[in-house]
Amino acid sequence: MKARVTVTLKTGVLDPQGKAIEGALRSLAIEGVDSVRQGKVFDLELSLEDPARAQAVLKDACEKLLANTVVENYRIEIL
Amino acid sequence: MRAAVLLFPGLNREGDAMRALEQASGVKPILVWHAEHDLPAGTDLVVVPGGFSYGDYLRCGAIAGRANIMNAVRAHAERGGLVLGICNGFQILCESGLLPGVLMRNKDLKFVCRMQHLRVERNDTPFTNRYSRQQIIKVCVAHGEGNYVADPETIARLEGEGRVAFRYSDFNGNIGGEANCNGSINDIAGIYSERMNVLGMMPHPENLIDPMMGGIDGRGLFESLVHAPARAA
Repeated sequence: MKARVTVTLKTGVLDPQGKAIEGALRSLAIEGVDSVRQGKVFDLELSLEDPARAQAVLKDACEKLLANTVVENYRIEIL
Repeated sequence: MRAAVLLFPGLNREGDAMRALEQASGVKPILVWHAEHDLPAGTDLVVVPGGFSYGDYLRCGAIAGRANIMNAVRAHAERGGLVLGICNGFQILCESGLLPGVLMRNKDLKFVCRMQHLRVERNDTPFTNRYSRQQIIKVCVAHGEGNYVADPETIARLEGEGRVAFRYSDFNGNIGGEANCNGSINDIAGIYSERMNVLGMMPHPENLIDPMMGGIDGRGLFESLVHAPARAA
């Protein structure tokens, strides 16, 4: 089973990297981009059969390591 | 004072921390590898030095914060033992849950490496008893992720409980503005745990212990620890 975990900054948390990318897009004259927030994507291969079990395992992984829940949100997708 | 200095792959300030500790206490600290499960018997103080543990992969301090030895450090802190985290060590303490909040990328995205003045917020702690209250000290900073962030409730709590240890200031003691080198909320350069026995700070007091390096204001912190009441765990 494959899964994807997406970690993003919570709303309101300053994202200087996103801001810098936003500025770079503007300097490339790419129009219509109002703002950029940068995040992380983790692609995981799991030796689990049960999607519910996989959800629970990945939630644990996110809470314990993949995301810092002080400033980050995470989303789990079973693919 | 018996100090244990933790070592993770990628740290590079352990020698500086050990030199500062030995200068103040006359006792050579013990270097402890991250995979160990226990601290040396009779450890009074654990120091988590600076550097780039695990290459800052995932988030600064994230992987080191979950190493075996951190369980022992947590138990040590719960028993009232002293813990000092400097720079990456501060990030590791936040990631391990020993201190609240997180150190984010510096506001202007630049790695900041310079001399830096700090205001000592209080001098009734094991870490600052050799300074005077509101004393301005000159140390240095060298980090890319030192922008202290926490939710408003946590900040209010830290401020209300007097748990801000140091704030970024200029030479004259003016707080904030240009003196804030990384965008930290309330110009926070270091914070204490609830029981004041854990200190995390971004600046490097261990590098300002010899006149040859431009000042000795960092000595006070290590001398404070030597004079702090014994808390051997």
